[in-house]
Amino acid sequence: MARLNTAPNIANPDDFYAELIAAHEGLSKAESDALNARLILLLANHVGDREALTEALAAARTPRTKT
Amino acid sequence: MVKIFEVPLYPYRRSADQDATAPPIHPVVVIGAGPVGLVAAVDLAMHNIPVVVVDENEKVSWGSRAICFAKRQLEIFDRLGCGDVMTDKGVVWSLGKVFFHERQVFEFNLLPEAGHKRPAFINLQQYYLEQYLVERIRALQAEGKSIDLRGGSRVVAVEPCDSDVRLTVETPAGAYDMRAEWLIVCDGAASPVRNLLGLDFVGRVFEDNFLIADVVMPDSLQFPVERRFWFDPPFNRGQSALLHKQPDNVWRIDLQLGWNIDKKEESKPEKVIPRLKAFLGEDTQFELEWVSIYTFQCRRMEKFRHGRILFAGDSAHQVSPFGARGANSGIQDIDNLVWKLKLVMDGAAPTRLLDSYDFERIHGADENILNSTRSTDFITPKSEISRLFRDAVLDLSEHHPATRSMVNSGRLSVPCTYDGSPLNGPDCIGMPTRTRPGSPAVDAPISKGWLLDRLGGGFQLITIDADAPERLLVGDIEVARLALSARGEGGETLRARYLGSCDSAVYLMRPDQHIAARWEAFDLRETESAVARAIGR
Repeated sequence: MARLNTAPNIANPDDFYAELIAAHEGLSKAESDALNARLILLLANHVGDREALTEALAAARTPRTKT
Repeated sequence: MVKIFEVPLYPYRRSADQDATAPPIHPVVVIGAGPVGLVAAVDLAMHNIPVVVVDENEKVSWGSRAICFAKRQLEIFDRLGCGDVMTDKGVVWSLGKVFFHERQVFEFNLLPEAGHKRPAFINLQQYYLEQYLVERIRALQAEGKSIDLRGGSRVVAVEPCDSDVRLTVETPAGAYDMRAEWLIVCDGAASPVRNLLGLDFVGRVFEDNFLIADVVMPDSLQFPVERRFWFDPPFNRGQSALLHKQPDNVWRIDLQLGWNIDKKEESKPEKVIPRLKAFLGEDTQFELEWVSIYTFQCRRMEKFRHGRILFAGDSAHQVSPFGARGANSGIQDIDNLVWKLKLVMDGAAPTRLLDSYDFERIHGADENILNSTRSTDFITPKSEISRLFRDAVLDLSEHHPATRSMVNSGRLSVPCTYDGSPLNGPDCIGMPTRTRPGSPAVDAPISKGWLLDRLGGGFQLITIDADAPERLLVGDIEVARLALSARGEGGETLRARYLGSCDSAVYLMRPDQHIAARWEAFDLRETESAVARAIGR
């Protein structure tokens, strides 16, 4: 269990968050949704680890449950 | 010009059964003379089992229908003595191109691995396949094999009894009764026999319609020999399209139409031709040979064996056409069934061996249903979010190889490994996974030919740099040895596919060229026990 790293792992998290929001600037809802989908696919491929991905899906689906 | 599919190949002829005083009894009756029923007839005849085949039609399939036949099926045709005629006529292809909207996003090569006699795939119209099988049947008849192919004969009643199955057959000259010790039902997805028996056929209906059209184009206008698949193209907005080459300059075009359409209206030439022109170009010359609109389902019977009645092909399981898993899997059903039936009929194996047909081919059907359902869900997304991800996968695939492997326009038929089958014997650590017990033999070049040409029909021991008796008798089962060596030049492929990190190997092969068990060295008791297991003892 716990192949998914849910501990803080990104340097300068505020920078990343701002960049994520900025990436959506000026996009319609449909364009934003498409960007998110592409982003998920690219990141999932980068992670690669099938178990970690399954854990991430489960964690994302039940946002109030601690993993 | 008269097309092959317009000529009666097995016209109705009065059978002696129609004048019999009591219903005659036949060892095996096959219902349906489509690809699966005809393969059954050939396989049974080659096992010296007399067979009667009945079909309400007298001709091969109307239109091309199933057109992709995979390597494993060609290997089965080789075993049945008609692999060359199929492969020689078929179109061999390996390049696939994927288009999204207006542009090509990527292309892939099926890259048939070297060291196999047969290519990964051929395209061949179903009517040619059936014609060659009928020709094979005629050749076997000429050799004295008992195959009675009865056209214009429709089964209208089926009554299972303890020792046989009673059948009523309707013909242009009236009805007659006959009995079958074993009945193989290959009468297609709509299976009248399954309905007569009131058996289940549950699964998922896909709410979609596809237009399939065969067009003949002049030589000069040909597209290259490749498979082209379009997602959401300008000429068929919001839908998909597929283009495939068949022999004789016939091109198969599949256009997705959506659910709420008037099927009758959409199959009229005045509706079809403008659609095809939008696809092929306004000035492209073509002749429409055949057109059909179909919808499909993914489902299977709960059990394929019902006592003395065995269902095979589409009558037992149905898949979406993406992946060419329909006719291909029906042919594998027969490959799996006939040797078992032969041993049971001869009293060499217990009747429960036939239950392994259920286990193994249901395993295959489930794999095919899973794959073809996933392809269908990718091609026709069922929700907004599913379409969003589908489009994201396609979008990225143009510049990022990352998502190309997720693009699913059909996962092409590969033979099923019968993992977990009760017939499987011991495996051996260190040997390759692809040849584990339950797998079909993987072809390899051997001295003076191909491995698969030396396998099939009976039980065999392949020895690779190992000793074993030339011939063994286990109960009534004869096991012949095929002695090979992976040493020296040319042995690399055999080593890679059968030895792995071991220095020697002994493989027990089933009559359908599947692997039953394997060891590093021969052991009599181990072999005897594995043979017994493989025949259901």
